[in-house]
Amino acid sequence: MTDLRNSSVSRRALLGGGGALVVGFAAGLPTSSAGAAVATGAGSKILPGPAPDQLDSWIAVRQDGAVVAYFGKMDPGQGVYVAIAQIVAEELDVPFDRVSVVMGDSATSANQGGASGSTGIERGGVTLRYAAAEARRVLLDRAAQRFGVAVDELVVARGVVSVRGDPARQAGYGELIGDGRFDVALQWNGQYGNTLLAKGRAVPKRPEEYRIVGTSIPRPDIVAKVFGRQKFVTDIRLPGMLHARVIRPPAVGAVPVAVDESSIAAIPGARVVRRAGVLAVLAPKEWDAIRAMRALTVTWSQPGPAFPEQAALFDHLRGATPVAHKVERADGDAATALAGAARVVTAEYEWPFQAHASLGPACVVADVRSDQATIWTGTQKPHFAREGVAKLTGLPLGAVRSIWVSGPGCYGRNDAGDAAMDAAFLSQTVGAPVRVQYMRQDGTAWDPKGPASVHRGQGGFDTEGKLVAVAFDTIGFSRTEVDSNESDPRDTLAGQLLGMGTHFQPAFGAPGEAYVVPNRRLAWSVVAPLHDVASPLRGAHLRDPVGPQLNFASESFMDELAAAAGADPVEFRLAHLTTPRGIAVIRAAAERYGWTPRRAASAVGTGNVVTGRGIAYAQRSATLVAVIAEVEVERASGQVRARRFVVAHDCGLVINPEGTRRTIEGNIVHGLSRAMWEEVVFDPHGVTSVDWASYPILEIADAPVAIDIVLLDRPHEIAAGAGEASTRPVAAAMANAIFDATGVRLRRAPFTPKRVRAALA
Amino acid sequence: MATRIAFHVDGVAHDVTVDDPNMPLLYALRDELGLDNPHFGCGLEQCGACTVHVDGVPTRSCTAPVSEIAGTAVTTLAGLGTPEHPHPIQRAFIDEQATFCGYCINGWIMTAVALVAEKPHATEAEIRDGLAGLKCRCGAHMAMIRAVKRVTGAA
Repeated sequence: MTDLRNSSVSRRALLGGGGALVVGFAAGLPTSSAGAAVATGAGSKILPGPAPDQLDSWIAVRQDGAVVAYFGKMDPGQGVYVAIAQIVAEELDVPFDRVSVVMGDSATSANQGGASGSTGIERGGVTLRYAAAEARRVLLDRAAQRFGVAVDELVVARGVVSVRGDPARQAGYGELIGDGRFDVALQWNGQYGNTLLAKGRAVPKRPEEYRIVGTSIPRPDIVAKVFGRQKFVTDIRLPGMLHARVIRPPAVGAVPVAVDESSIAAIPGARVVRRAGVLAVLAPKEWDAIRAMRALTVTWSQPGPAFPEQAALFDHLRGATPVAHKVERADGDAATALAGAARVVTAEYEWPFQAHASLGPACVVADVRSDQATIWTGTQKPHFAREGVAKLTGLPLGAVRSIWVSGPGCYGRNDAGDAAMDAAFLSQTVGAPVRVQYMRQDGTAWDPKGPASVHRGQGGFDTEGKLVAVAFDTIGFSRTEVDSNESDPRDTLAGQLLGMGTHFQPAFGAPGEAYVVPNRRLAWSVVAPLHDVASPLRGAHLRDPVGPQLNFASESFMDELAAAAGADPVEFRLAHLTTPRGIAVIRAAAERYGWTPRRAASAVGTGNVVTGRGIAYAQRSATLVAVIAEVEVERASGQVRARRFVVAHDCGLVINPEGTRRTIEGNIVHGLSRAMWEEVVFDPHGVTSVDWASYPILEIADAPVAIDIVLLDRPHEIAAGAGEASTRPVAAAMANAIFDATGVRLRRAPFTPKRVRAALA
Repeated sequence: MATRIAFHVDGVAHDVTVDDPNMPLLYALRDELGLDNPHFGCGLEQCGACTVHVDGVPTRSCTAPVSEIAGTAVTTLAGLGTPEHPHPIQRAFIDEQATFCGYCINGWIMTAVALVAEKPHATEAEIRDGLAGLKCRCGAHMAMIRAVKRVTGAA
């Protein structure tokens, strides 16, 4: 690392320089430094980034007493920054609206891992909590010295410290901060990313003392968004900037063999960049770049097929030789117990490739110069994007700055990482700032994909009907055919198309639900990618990586086991759980729903429209969720309507209840979209689902009639993540409800009307 | 071959000079006039992120040729209301906290504004029907339905 002290001084100096980085926002609004950096000239001052072991790197107090929290993650739109501000305001004893959160800029925040695994609060918030508590301790020490009293004779209210019983002797935090610095070291664990942890000497508050944490403070950013005032990454403009469009091959593996630049000669300022497999057009005006993209005459090589026919996808998975295998859990001896079981139930489930398909295709602006570079990106991993740009351009890490700016919602490794490398490569090549924005097909056909998989459940009962063995095996494509962040250009299209190589890492996972069965084996295998280089079917992290597919299979199978046992699905799950919090969420969901025990599908109606209910349970890290879906199935059309969801949700301490509820609603809707509609379509030469017509997602008509949420607040448990967990059980809850309604088990997602109609025929 | 096209945006007279009269309105607003609030989402009229009103009619600016806008009055989300004087739909979206990333919001609000103008007492079914075709990837649908229902008084 670079000189820690200087990094902090430099940042403060910049902040002091007219407050350039954080002026111009309402209190509480999230800020990035995008606007200021544009105004002052990009890359005019590249900073090594704040040192995690300095309190000044996390908390700043201005002379007017306003507090700035530097958050090394970011908020893709669920309001996690509000929770961070609440935590900081709580520990510092200042009003919420005195705290602003600066996030996702490699120059002003330490690398806390970006948005990742729903850890914004669970991990990212922890260091901010410790830092804010430490800031309060330091300020109180200074007040004690000033007033010549012991710290325990002081009281703090709204950022003003006074002597107990003598309120005339008081000083605001702004007065106490002096030259604006704390100059206090923290104990840092030496880690970057999600595991970064820094602590001071102060002990944070006990939950009983919370007055701001636990309240439903609304999101200030929504006001900016509703009035069209929010600036997005797409709005960044630099002097001399060129607009770029990339041109992806018409067939996977094709490379340009001839480009007729005269075909765009009539378009003002349009030019071509071509190196190895990378082909792009640039122009001073955006529409001209789009016209050039469409007009350019390219002769492409004619590669052979890259993929199997889509109809053969799951057979390909079943037949391929695994490249990696892992047993995640082995209690007892499942194989022997299954062999000796009185009755064995077996079922297989299939999940397709799914697209990230962010609402807007990715946009990144890059200004790469001979000695430094700056990018503005909507990625959820801005610090890692910095590393990737450094490697791609050959610049030292300290010469690269990555600035996150709000973008279209990002729920994993979407196309932003690819756009960052495209933009950096093009800017370096043409020697001017470049704004890359993808077209819809680039963002739908060519973004990284949630991997397809096949899952097999085997369950064995003894002669008394007791479940004695479960084996759950997955074979799928890796969720890290490209990594979860863009810190290595080999994990991006540009890096791969430029010949930098690939970076395949085999990974999948196993169900997380802690069911107790005497003999239980959970294992996965991963097969090789369908195509090595620049594949539009490259497996990557998509919201709750591989959680929905694993849970769809394992919780559908749990339902099948319950049905085989003649048991009620709720009671069957409870009978195989011992964790009190898991039991509590299932009971809470059943109670709110008004669940009455019966075997699933024991009351199938005879009409064209039949109704059913299904439950699924999920454990994701420290968060527990039970979801009950109530559906209406129209047999003739195959249409399934989600009438009602009941969600019981335990993520420990809840920082902002309404924000958590909204987040859960979003999870359920996204999960429903993936369960019912989403499937990447491809042929042997490429992905043919390229837009919202060919890659349909949930329409508002298909949104549930009602989502009823029970939050189990547990103030003494850690504040765990809520950003993904409730996405996980939606597909299984729907499949189980459809089974209850119709007596027909759907073992392949998504449950489109066509597929449901066929299953019911 | 440059063509000069005059129209109003959010009450202000503008004119743009374009080489290509088929250039979509979106690029005139964003690139020529610096009015960034309508967003590019698909360029195919499939999502709504670029929606503006043209003479009061919700219009997908990603495909509408700028030449056809001459002489019209365009309203963008930024011209619909202010924090001091919000449109009731804007007020309701704030009250219901009805967006996540906000990239799609132009389509939902501009379409809802036209919907409640035409059907001030729209039912939930009419609201869902009236907002059909818009896309939201973050899943704010439930809150957006509640927001529009606040304005129409639907049960």
